[in-house]
Amino acid sequence: MAEVKEYWRWKEYNWKNPDINWQDAAVITAGIDVGSVSSQAVIMCDGELYAFSNMRTGSDSPNSALNAINWAMADTGLTQKNIHFTVGTGYGRVNVPFADRAITEIACHARGANYMYGPTVRTILDMGGQDCKAIHCNEKGKVISFIMNDKCAAGTGRGMEVFANLLGVSIEEVGERSLQVDEEPGPVSSTCVVFAKTEATGLLRSGWSTEKVLAAYCSAMAHRVVSLLERIGMEEDFAITGGIAKNVGVVSRLEKELGVKALKTRHDTQIAGAIGGALFAKALVEKGKK
Amino acid sequence: MIANYGYKDGSGDFFISIDTDKCIACEDKPCLEACPIKILEKFADDYDDEVVGVKEEHRKKIKYSCAECKPASGERNLACQKVCQPGAIEHSW
Repeated sequence: MAEVKEYWRWKEYNWKNPDINWQDAAVITAGIDVGSVSSQAVIMCDGELYAFSNMRTGSDSPNSALNAINWAMADTGLTQKNIHFTVGTGYGRVNVPFADRAITEIACHARGANYMYGPTVRTILDMGGQDCKAIHCNEKGKVISFIMNDKCAAGTGRGMEVFANLLGVSIEEVGERSLQVDEEPGPVSSTCVVFAKTEATGLLRSGWSTEKVLAAYCSAMAHRVVSLLERIGMEEDFAITGGIAKNVGVVSRLEKELGVKALKTRHDTQIAGAIGGALFAKALVEKGKK
Repeated sequence: MIANYGYKDGSGDFFISIDTDKCIACEDKPCLEACPIKILEKFADDYDDEVVGVKEEHRKKIKYSCAECKPASGERNLACQKVCQPGAIEHSW
């Protein structure tokens, strides 16, 4: 039987900061973001990013959380006993057995984006695995307003994974390939991923190139989340978090529709929620909550 | 904070917006009892403020949960809004 290539599969990895020795830290905190598609664990030493892991969420949320923290701690000498406070966040936040507190991903993404992009960020679009959130925050990363759509997979990372597999294009190349068109096609009309997939199949049969279909889907995704942003209003500076922030095809079309440029960051956009969780944990330690 | 609970799908936008800055000031929170379906609940938010929100189990079917107060005929009797003295509750549809 021929091997089935998983085009949707993105890179799972861990990282540690070589410039920080955790043994010198007064407060070590962790944020565990168990999302519907991916899980991240972030460890911070005195509010500075020390280590993280980014991996696929399995069918068992507690196990995913444990795997994520263990991978983040790998080769560091750290154990869970050294971590003063852990915040669980994301879709599976109540299923992080070792968390001291659960905080919504909305509050954590706002706090995390404030750390990653700086205090000028006012509007955050989190394009997650199976939901999409638009958040307004103040200069301290506190949420001012939010809106979330988790009923429909259109405009989410999972939707993009489905398209990567359908078209046989690696998920990491989808954005670039979608920009390789002479003329921008109209967006696919279907708002549902299942029907959009059917529509895309029809377009391929009618002679559209893979790039053109990808362009139409990236455009539809951008258009869909813009309407969510319009409901709460757009205020600059603007930042995008989540896996879709790595897709230049969606980001550039979003920027065009909104008429604003999204801020850039040196951090992995998928760890925003976990960073926020670790920062909340630090604040809670300082408040004497543990 | 303006918290929007609900969803957007092919048939429209269905959100209940709660201004938690106004909600905090209301001690009695009569909206909880006024809602005939009891879709609202009191909880401590991420910033430890006691506020009202839409229960998780109603967020993805809010159009249907609220149908008793907003029938298809268009007649509206929004009990939650009527009793909310600070004017913290709004409906998008």
